[in-house]
Amino acid sequence: MDMHVHDRRRFLALTAAAAATPLLAACGAGFGGDDNKSDGSAADDVTGSFDWKREKGTTVKALLNKHPYTDALIADLKSFTEKTGIKVEYDVFPEDNYFDKLTVDLSSGRASYDVFMLGAYMVWQYGPPGWLEDLGPWMRNSSATGSEWDQADFFPNLLQADQWSLKAGAPLGQGGQYALPWGWETNVVAYNTDVFKKLGLKPAETFDELRELAGTIKRKAPGAGFDGMYGIAVRGSRSWATIHPGFMTMYARNGLRDFTVQDGKLTPAMNTPQAVAFTEDWAGMVKQGGPPSWTSYTWYQCSSDLGAKKAGMLFDADTAAYFQAVEGASPASGKIAFHPGPKGPDGSLATNMWIWSLGMNAKSKKKSASWLFLQWATGKEHLLKSAITHNHIDPVRKSIADDGAYKDKMKHLPGFIETFETVVDQTKIQFTPQAQFFDATTSWAAALQEIYGGQGAKSVLDGLAGDLADKVG
Amino acid sequence: MGWRLALRPYVLIVPALLLTCGILYPFGLGLYYTLFDFSASKPQPDMVRFENYETVFTQEAFWNSAWVTVLYAVGAAAVETVLGVAVALLLHRSTIVGRVLEKILILPLMIAPVIAAIIWKLMLQPSVGVINYLLKPFGLGGVQWTDTPTGALLSSIAVDVWVYTPFVAILALAGLRSLPTSPFEAAAVDGAGWWYTFRRLTLPMLWPYVLVAVIFRFMDSLKVFDIIYALTEGGPGDSTVVLQIRAYLEAIRFQRYSFGISYTIVLWAVVYLAAMVLVKHLGKIQRKAAEVK
Repeated sequence: MDMHVHDRRRFLALTAAAAATPLLAACGAGFGGDDNKSDGSAADDVTGSFDWKREKGTTVKALLNKHPYTDALIADLKSFTEKTGIKVEYDVFPEDNYFDKLTVDLSSGRASYDVFMLGAYMVWQYGPPGWLEDLGPWMRNSSATGSEWDQADFFPNLLQADQWSLKAGAPLGQGGQYALPWGWETNVVAYNTDVFKKLGLKPAETFDELRELAGTIKRKAPGAGFDGMYGIAVRGSRSWATIHPGFMTMYARNGLRDFTVQDGKLTPAMNTPQAVAFTEDWAGMVKQGGPPSWTSYTWYQCSSDLGAKKAGMLFDADTAAYFQAVEGASPASGKIAFHPGPKGPDGSLATNMWIWSLGMNAKSKKKSASWLFLQWATGKEHLLKSAITHNHIDPVRKSIADDGAYKDKMKHLPGFIETFETVVDQTKIQFTPQAQFFDATTSWAAALQEIYGGQGAKSVLDGLAGDLADKVG
Repeated sequence: MGWRLALRPYVLIVPALLLTCGILYPFGLGLYYTLFDFSASKPQPDMVRFENYETVFTQEAFWNSAWVTVLYAVGAAAVETVLGVAVALLLHRSTIVGRVLEKILILPLMIAPVIAAIIWKLMLQPSVGVINYLLKPFGLGGVQWTDTPTGALLSSIAVDVWVYTPFVAILALAGLRSLPTSPFEAAAVDGAGWWYTFRRLTLPMLWPYVLVAVIFRFMDSLKVFDIIYALTEGGPGDSTVVLQIRAYLEAIRFQRYSFGISYTIVLWAVVYLAAMVLVKHLGKIQRKAAEVK
């Protein structure tokens, strides 16, 4: 009997030890998996003359966000397979959870996806942990990159936006090329021509005019036959995405910065007197002329309100208005015009941008095939076809922006091409690159909501700056 | 004793052992990670011992989230309990209407809470939502339901109540139907009124069932994420950032893994303590109910 008890104890002890072993092993194995990283790029392994068929028979896995640009890509994938013999398998997720899916996937250290869509801001988050392949060596290797790819054809500010040294506060355009521009958006004002005509209005040239215009539309439009129309649609949800379109564009046009950088040290600058005044004015504009339930507004609501004739103006991505403006897309299609938006006090048209970029997983086992895919997807042939036959507008390449067929397609939209050409050279990332971008901008959006709710702008922004100083400093 | 017979207890314990390991392994690993400064920007972290917890407890944001979480959990559990019991009492009379309503009542439970929140988000939309449309004749058509901190919290609780009141009602109804009839017959013979019978007989005997529902709902509400995130994303400002949302933002969105897990461990401790207290209380109530019977 005693022996039996002893056996049971020994059994339990051994079982506990066996259970603990993987736990300790996992802990000992470190965090985030394999860290064996060679300094040399896999691009160096590609030699000889350039050949699209080099990786024939390979399958590349892509993670994509649901978007009209993605639809254009998927529609043309057959051309890529014909050209290279490479198959592309893909998963498409809606934007609400796309980045969470991508973040979790990359942080797992696995190579579930070889290539994926990302924004330039994500480079600041995914670059420092080493999750993104530096595409620079691939671009420089003539064995890996065909001459027709023509790097000089990209708008330089777009290529620079995906290039970073991985040092907080360091300017973009230096260091590794962690993604390639594929489709982008510039933030401008789109407006309903019917209501402007009826009320005798014209687009605002200054921020004060814009605020006044928003209020005027909200007051007068319902009485002029535009039932329930308010002045201006801008994003307001508690998300980083609220800050980067209209708000950051106007903020930058006023000469304001998110952070100041001195000797590599970042100091929050959202609470300077000028920034406080601007933020107060922005919240005031939303109160006077913005949408009801603004605190839940994402680009979907903003865009659809313009299309449904609920909003007189939209200060957001030009694509958000474009998708409503195309024929038959919405009740307002044919009645939407584009304007660069208000200038800053010194005439500045500095504009913030969003770039849908394509990146490569640093842990991918199929880098050569993945690079061929990225090269094709950002190449002239596919992008021109997507711009003309689909809705892949706002070209990242100069040759497409200048293409006659593209201009023909866009010219029916009043002011679109003129607006694009006015702001294209002044559109860049207006934020300071740093890894805490998402925390900073989510907190900034929450602060904006509090100010909109009636709290004092100075105290709220001082609190925000104090909180962020600890995190980014 | 043959070796097969001797081995049998060990074989029988294997599923339970695997299950225990399956629960404890990720939990233990998570707990272990909280002792480091593990984040995306620091994939090879240093041991910081309890620094993450210190930071959590010294953050104003944590105390705000803890307060919002408690408000939400108490508010939702209380309203659901009162409404659930009331609905169960109404349905207890087994009429045709009651039986039809029973079937309808269960519908919200079949909808994923996140979907329910999205449906309610549309219904609460100030300009096109049906709620304001219905309130318009009473001069209340312009309410901006989720634009103020109080409105956002109350709206979130309302959605929770809509989804989970049927759960409480079903438990309470099952309890009502299992009560012995003789004490009620005796009370009727003695001429006891409805309120007296309810207070002195129904409620004391029903309490164990109600408390089970309260335990489930209170613990679930402490862990709420989907309803609030889909409805308000935690806004306006930080007014509806409950502990789960804070943990999600820290661990997933901002990629401060150790810090995010520390939040969840604190939340786990709170839920565990609350559950212990309530379960202990349940035992007492069950004994009292048995005395009444």
